[in-house]
Amino acid sequence: MKVKDIYLNMTYGPAPESQNEAIEYLNSHQKRFQLFIDGKWQAPLSKKFFETKNPSNKKVLAEISDANAEDVDKAVKAAQKAQKSWAALSGHERARYLYALARQIQKHSRLFAVLESMDNGKPIRETRDIDIPLVARHFYYHAGWAQLMDSSMKDYAPIGVVGQIIPWNFPLLMLSWKIAPALAMGNTVVLKPAEFTSLTALLFADICAKVGLPNGVVNVVTGFGHTGAALVSHPEVKKIAFTGSTEVGKIIRKATAGSGKKLSLELGGKSPFIVFEDADLDSVVEGIVDAIWFNQGQVCCAGSRLLVQESVAETLYAKIKNRMETLRVGDSLDKNIDIGAIVDEVQVNTIDGYVQLGIKEGNQVWQPSWECPKDGYFYPPTLFTNVGTSSTIAREEIFGPVLVAMTFRSHSEAVKLANNTRYGLACSLWTENINLALDIAPQIKAGTVWVNCSNIFDAGSGFGGYRESGYGREGGHEGLYEYVKSKAVSSWSDQPKTQKLEKQKSISKTPRIDIDRTAKLFIGGKQARPDGGYSLTIVDQYNERLGEVGKGNRKDIRNAVEAAHNGAQWKNMTGHARAQVMYYIAENLSARSEEFAKRIAEQTNVNIAQASLEVEKSIERIYYYAAMCDKYDGKVHSTTQRFVTLAMNEPVGVMAVICPNEMPLLGFVSSVFPALAMGNTVIAVPSETSPLSATDFYQIFETSDVPSGSVNIVTGLKGELAKELAKHDDVDGIWYWGTAEGSTEIESLSVDNLKRTWVNYGKYPDWFDDFQGQGYEFLRKAVEVKNIWVPYGA
Amino acid sequence: MSTTSQNVKVKTINALLTQNHEFKRNEGIPFDSSYFENIKINRSAVERRAATLPGRRSVKKEWQAAWLLKAISCIDLTTLSGDDTPGNVERLCSKALHPIRPDIEKALGIEDVHLTTGAVCVYHNLIPTAEKALRGSSLPIAAVSTGFPAGQIDLDIKIQEIKKSVAAGAKEIDIVISRTLVLTNQWEALYNEIKMCRAACGEAHMKTILATGEIPTYTQVAKASMVAMMAGSDFIKTSTGKESVNATIPVSLVMVRAIREYQALTGYKVGYKPAGGISKAKDALNWLILIKEELGDDWLTPELFRFGASSLLSDIERQLEHFVTGRYSAYYRHPMS
Repeated sequence: MKVKDIYLNMTYGPAPESQNEAIEYLNSHQKRFQLFIDGKWQAPLSKKFFETKNPSNKKVLAEISDANAEDVDKAVKAAQKAQKSWAALSGHERARYLYALARQIQKHSRLFAVLESMDNGKPIRETRDIDIPLVARHFYYHAGWAQLMDSSMKDYAPIGVVGQIIPWNFPLLMLSWKIAPALAMGNTVVLKPAEFTSLTALLFADICAKVGLPNGVVNVVTGFGHTGAALVSHPEVKKIAFTGSTEVGKIIRKATAGSGKKLSLELGGKSPFIVFEDADLDSVVEGIVDAIWFNQGQVCCAGSRLLVQESVAETLYAKIKNRMETLRVGDSLDKNIDIGAIVDEVQVNTIDGYVQLGIKEGNQVWQPSWECPKDGYFYPPTLFTNVGTSSTIAREEIFGPVLVAMTFRSHSEAVKLANNTRYGLACSLWTENINLALDIAPQIKAGTVWVNCSNIFDAGSGFGGYRESGYGREGGHEGLYEYVKSKAVSSWSDQPKTQKLEKQKSISKTPRIDIDRTAKLFIGGKQARPDGGYSLTIVDQYNERLGEVGKGNRKDIRNAVEAAHNGAQWKNMTGHARAQVMYYIAENLSARSEEFAKRIAEQTNVNIAQASLEVEKSIERIYYYAAMCDKYDGKVHSTTQRFVTLAMNEPVGVMAVICPNEMPLLGFVSSVFPALAMGNTVIAVPSETSPLSATDFYQIFETSDVPSGSVNIVTGLKGELAKELAKHDDVDGIWYWGTAEGSTEIESLSVDNLKRTWVNYGKYPDWFDDFQGQGYEFLRKAVEVKNIWVPYGA
Repeated sequence: MSTTSQNVKVKTINALLTQNHEFKRNEGIPFDSSYFENIKINRSAVERRAATLPGRRSVKKEWQAAWLLKAISCIDLTTLSGDDTPGNVERLCSKALHPIRPDIEKALGIEDVHLTTGAVCVYHNLIPTAEKALRGSSLPIAAVSTGFPAGQIDLDIKIQEIKKSVAAGAKEIDIVISRTLVLTNQWEALYNEIKMCRAACGEAHMKTILATGEIPTYTQVAKASMVAMMAGSDFIKTSTGKESVNATIPVSLVMVRAIREYQALTGYKVGYKPAGGISKAKDALNWLILIKEELGDDWLTPELFRFGASSLLSDIERQLEHFVTGRYSAYYRHPMS
């Protein structure tokens, strides 16, 4: 085109980023990539390869290996061999390696950016300005944690070999989120990139070799779902970290149930983007561009559900529509585009399927007037307005550039709509009122809340989901725990601690009284008869009858869960107020310590001195968790931009606690009180064999200002009740102390709503031992970390 | 509609786009605080948009050359110094009429465009010099006025100054607002002052300088923009060039969004002029991209967009020569202003 013509019509022209260096790199592998195992490129034992394409033009970029189970086994063995010496390095030595990786990524940043853009289809602007800088930052940040592990993570140890499966939407960034913390904490890894986008992981492998990372510390096995499945099921893999669909996440949860493999899942989302009427609407529009048209909408935390206050809805829709018209879709290496190519034809079809369905369901749809290029996998930005909550497109994750909008009338309705989803990954909320922002943010079920911004990431902040968006956090201090094991938990024994029993005849029973004492259930602050109308006989260690407790059933569990949900008052109390209640409980227990000691002695046949020790220890433990109520608090993360990034410890929600059978009082207190301390409401199933200390505790709760529903106790057959709780979709978390088989069952039954589980795999803490029986590990499991990003600047 | 859904009728927003190129001077509207009292600007979000904009668009080769020529056509070539004399103002005018070397013009194939800058901009007392130097051309003279740059003089003297400049031949008047009125939220007083200035301008176009470097918040910048437009400004302008902070992309984003809002409310298109500190060709491109993206192509014309700049032209000339020759150029190769 002539200069003069352009001068007159002021169009944009082509501005392509060069792909020469990237092609050169592919040629250096003869466009055929082997597997990176034990520090070397090795031909796949499967002898199979498959093609990877550039979605912007459908051209084949290279062939990559399709690793089979044998290849995976080889990689895991290499990682296993390398792990001991890697973990044996000082934190400082590991820090040097991570630092070197960060430097190398920076030095080759453009090559990584171009290769990523070609392989995935995402705009070069994003890989260049967002993905790759975040990758380097992640390695720098975790080089720091490697350095600090020896001093800051004293009670934690490396896990071993970690299997990591990453998605295609942010290939190298997800690699960094996985590999950097794993290596920092002394683990070795076998990484499986997504089949559509393996190239930057392979380039990263070359970088690992270049910096002299010890062989086997990082292994990259490319392939399909079967490759990932082989990695998940490999017995020597001690931890699985997965980012991908909720569907596959659940399969992995099921497959690993009871194996003792640590698991972190970062899954799907249908994240709300809430606009209040006092927001800066022009900025909101750009926030929406960042939320749903970033990376073609193929973002797990995409703000895909626009909730807008009715009073400004039409104004905002008009602004969005105008903005959609100026978005540009095209070749990922064109520096003049906002939206690149969809990763693959399969995904285009999925997206279009949802859009067609959305139209069929009668929703109002808008797309810009311009046409997408035809030579690649492109999809135009799409907006649905006036979408009903029952519409498929309002509920399912589309993973494409499709925004669905609906209105709300009040703040509380906004919260309800926002939380009306099985997911809970992120939320973006827009208001110029800081009071409103900080009121709403804690009410949203999501691991990340962005105030007046969207899709902001940094290594210094944890990222991860609530509900079916998965569990575990990546980034920040909180993310490290996914890659370590607690030394306290590792020190639990195969058998409960045996206590010396008194001879049968010498036991002095609680004086017989004429009135029959019947322990009922404790639900919603009241003692309730078991629904079934059955009781269980409780006996001592010599099988002598002590009394009865109610035999709870699934309806009692249903009622208890409902009561726990109604116990919101507990959650909303300040830490100080909860502590006051817990101290009061301790006070009342202390006043009745003799009676409780007798009851322990009666059930467990220990001598009265030992039983008194258990009561004293229980009081001390309640003090410990009372003290923690207002001290196990959050952080303000030091992120890289102008934000106050608040990492808040929030209660998991409604928690089931299946108490240990041993130590009827101390076991009950040690397992229930950490959950209570953090503001959870609890359904406790006390010791099946010795439940009477827990049922005696009803009166302590009743006389200690405990709000109703905060703690609910259902006695009965432990296995049966635990199963109902594990299956219950309105229970957010479950802790289990019991057998290995029971642990497997709990993990396996909790899949449906992906409730947080903590099971003992048949290992038993010594509840008298503070290292084993209390502490931060218990508190950490009782909270979800929510990161709230608040930008500032008036 | 595109890609795979051709079978479905999808509404597009063609209907929303105004293709109205007819130019209608902003006559202002009666003071109404409801037009601006609810404006809220989020600084962080504005800065984020401003920071990512240059990464989203890029003009290269022929496009870069053409866009730089457009930038030249929008320059108010300016000298506003205590040591201005008829001598350097004459030189400025000559440069405004012939902003690039004829051989470069020829190589670019734009001789018949008769490229000039948008205007020259001088102090009142130098209008006669400029008038004489520009005689025979249609290049307008802009004069800064109303107690430029601080505006700390009585309103009647401001009005007098405008009238004298118009009488002396200025076709464009760049007024400064009383920052006091913004800082103390006296919006109606500000409206009245600007409206009186506009009346004094008559046929001359009025550019209203907000001096954004002296306005503490973007929200106040947006409100002041709206008040200035309601009072009949033809352009709103960032800075005098004498404040410690001059034109920035974020503040421009706030102002052009106000222009967009005002157009949506009234139908009037108001021009925009960033000024001060714009000295690099690359910066000029970023401003043009901002305007194209936020206001649309209609604004990419000297009628609705100007740069207030003195040294920008020299950098653009070097870039244009580089485009023509493939070699990096030097300042001394181009006639100075």
